[in-house]
Amino acid sequence: MFYIYCPYCGEHREEEEFHPKGQAHIERPKEPEACSDEEWGNYLFFRDNPRGVHHEMWVHAVGCRKFFNMTRHTVSYEILETYKMGEQPSITADSQNPPRETVPVSHPEGVRA
Amino acid sequence: MSNAATFDTRTDTAIPVESPLAYSYRHSGAPRAGDSSRLQLRERAMLGHLILRGGAIVLDEAVRDVLGLNLPGQPQALVQDASGERSIQWLSPDEWLVIVPGGEEFPLETKLREHLGSAHFAISDVSGGQTVLELSGEAAQELLMKTVIYDVHPSNFPVGKGVTTIFAKATTIIRRPSEERWELVVRRSFADYCYRWLLDAAAEYGVNVEQ
Ligand SMILES: [Zn+2]
Repeated sequence: MFYIYCPYCGEHREEEEFHPKGQAHIERPKEPEACSDEEWGNYLFFRDNPRGVHHEMWVHAVGCRKFFNMTRHTVSYEILETYKMGEQPSITADSQNPPRETVPVSHPEGVRA
Repeated sequence: MSNAATFDTRTDTAIPVESPLAYSYRHSGAPRAGDSSRLQLRERAMLGHLILRGGAIVLDEAVRDVLGLNLPGQPQALVQDASGERSIQWLSPDEWLVIVPGGEEFPLETKLREHLGSAHFAISDVSGGQTVLELSGEAAQELLMKTVIYDVHPSNFPVGKGVTTIFAKATTIIRRPSEERWELVVRRSFADYCYRWLLDAAAEYGVNVEQ
């Protein structure tokens, strides 16, 4: 069970009240007619599937019924933050992962649950 | 005055009006446990329910002038007038539920529309779509604890709070208008389900149903 902080209700609520709605921060092209097929196809169908920090859109379906954004770790499932629509995440893959040269040499794959 | 088409949903014809629980009383009965009861259940039927949507500042001014109540700006807040008969509850950052005595909702809607004029807002009369079930008695909180996913402990659910959450399997608004009373605002189509759930869950407390 997730215990999710709704930025509009201002409190943590049970996962049962929420629905995930896919990747966040996808912008509809301003001029769809000017898009190539590939650009339009990318906008419609192609989504990131990162291993690590991911920004998702969720809706507080039973509750305030507002959409909001969530930064979540796809390996640990940890919810790192939630924030309102129109806001930008304060935690990103770049801010979470130090640049490659500072990473220790032996870095085991996988994360213990 | 906006040019929205409105009408009074209450008929003055001789058609008998039944509350959402009328069917349930006939099919499931209304148990009376008498003095041993630790839980009272009653429907507060046929109240006027309005959903207000729009900006908080504009709506606040209108409800203060028309209803004499402040629009609750804080999430999960529930305000009432001195009699407790009229209330406004925060549902979302741009949505509020107003409950008034039955029959007051259409005059209220009309006055609010006049007051709001051409502002950006919406008012929906949902009186026919939902009903209020009232729980009181020492076992009320215990019953909610085994039924809802929300934390109803007084430290998390003080008087003057109301949340939209899940009661059993139904979307329900749970409110705490006073120390000893809890209110469930349920959809009409879920009223029978909720009533029968309540009877079953409350059997161990010796429920008194007041009709
Ligand atoms: Zn919410």
